[in-house]
Amino acid sequence: MSLVKYLAALPFLGILVGVPLLNRVEPLVMGMPLVLAWIVLWVVLTAVIMAIVYRFDPANRDNAEPRV
Amino acid sequence: MSALAIIAATIIGVLFLGLLARRGTVMDLEQWTIGGRGFGTIFVFVLMAGEIYTTFTFLGGSGFAYGHGGPVFYILSYGCLAYVISYWLLPPIWRYAKQHRLIAQPDFFAHKYDSPALGVLVALVGIVALIPYLVLQLKGLGIIVGAASYGSISPTVAIWIGAAVVTAYVMVSGVRGSAWTAVVKDTLILTVVLFLGIYLPIHYYGGYNAMFSAIDAAKPGFLALPAKGESVAWFDSTVLLTALGFYMWPHSFGSLFTAKDERVFRRNAMMMPVYQLILLFVFFVGFAAILKVPGLKGPEIDLSLLRLSVQTFDPWFVGVIGAAGVLTALVPGSMILIAATTLLANNIFRAFHPQATDATVSWLARLLVPVVALVAVIFTLRGGTTIVALLLMGYSFVTQLFPTLIACLLPRNPVTKEGALAGICVGVATVAVTSLTHTTIAQLFPSLPETLRDLNIGIVALVLNLVALAVVSAVTRRRPAYA
Repeated sequence: MSLVKYLAALPFLGILVGVPLLNRVEPLVMGMPLVLAWIVLWVVLTAVIMAIVYRFDPANRDNAEPRV
Repeated sequence: MSALAIIAATIIGVLFLGLLARRGTVMDLEQWTIGGRGFGTIFVFVLMAGEIYTTFTFLGGSGFAYGHGGPVFYILSYGCLAYVISYWLLPPIWRYAKQHRLIAQPDFFAHKYDSPALGVLVALVGIVALIPYLVLQLKGLGIIVGAASYGSISPTVAIWIGAAVVTAYVMVSGVRGSAWTAVVKDTLILTVVLFLGIYLPIHYYGGYNAMFSAIDAAKPGFLALPAKGESVAWFDSTVLLTALGFYMWPHSFGSLFTAKDERVFRRNAMMMPVYQLILLFVFFVGFAAILKVPGLKGPEIDLSLLRLSVQTFDPWFVGVIGAAGVLTALVPGSMILIAATTLLANNIFRAFHPQATDATVSWLARLLVPVVALVAVIFTLRGGTTIVALLLMGYSFVTQLFPTLIACLLPRNPVTKEGALAGICVGVATVAVTSLTHTTIAQLFPSLPETLRDLNIGIVALVLNLVALAVVSAVTRRRPAYA
């Protein structure tokens, strides 16, 4: 968990840094403006990342000690 | 009139569901406001999702896409970051609240900082922020009923009807009614939004590619963030501000107390981002309207979804869309009303009358429902702003609670209660002054470079808040005896 939880920083980078860099309409990706497609990609990646974090977090095991 | 008939039938059905939900439970204050802390993952998920998919997303989101273009993408972005934060933020809040049997947000602050005054202040901030949020739900109800009646019911009458329905609904059922209706509402809104978001672009343009190409040709650059105004600086600061404020709303804070255990939140943190994607289809509807119902200006942009629907479909289907819309206003509207009246009765009235019994407070909370609804109606009728503008104002207020909250969750809280009071006061006062006078950073500091001038004004309030918090905490911190 110790290192896995830093994955959670990625959505912040993807959106707050990525969007200003990719703020363009063309080319359309999957029918959507580039910047919108980029945000959609990060919405999906966020769910995946949080699922990984959840999986490796000892607090979610059944007989886990409550975290302090 | 068949559109109106379907909407009326929905409203009656919802009131009936509310009555059913009430049966079999004794309604003390804890039951009425947080359902006795007994809801599982699915219920909490639906309840929290229910608050997110409000009139704001349905009419405000499509309207903002129609009128502002690219900047609407902020709505899809902030929720995502808020859920990441929630994974670590919500469990400790829930644990502490459960341990001390707290039922509202101000209780949490008051308890953590051992300061009843802070509790009253947080309650006030909550009420001030909730009013624009309630106003925007009523505005949405007014728009829907107005459009579905094809002009035979005036917006003013529609707003009064909407307020009466929300009031009746809340007084009948409390939070259990909200949860049950939320299930119905989310199913209906999901179906309607997916259908509209897929059908309209294909029907009018032949597909998404063709639609976006046509818009880009007609309005070059409209689908990305502009160089000035709602620029990338505005986007980043607004996303950050709203992501931090996401769980600071008194009703969101309140609904997290309804969870049965803390794992519910961590599980939701991975499920909710996907749920966000429904917003995409709301945007598509707004974008489809750009070239098909052109010419809506200012606050009128919120009408775009319904205007396009009326132009495209038979009245009965407009009725179904309207019914979904009414539910997206009713469920969050009722949560907001419960939150506001509980704050007034339990956290403000009781702070000054500590000897009041639970029965009195519970009775007072219900009595205040029509009063708060009336205040919101008055603000709604004064009109003038768009749905998104109203929500952003509310967000600027609640986000001011974030620094104080984070500080008290640290193992050793560096902030004193005086610091907390000062920070929140300074932040909220800044938001109030800037939103009443419609000040932007560009007006305050015209010589700043473009990037800084477009920052959301709420960020300025947050910075001043932090400064006050740090300075006052440093001055008032009790020195250790040996120093």
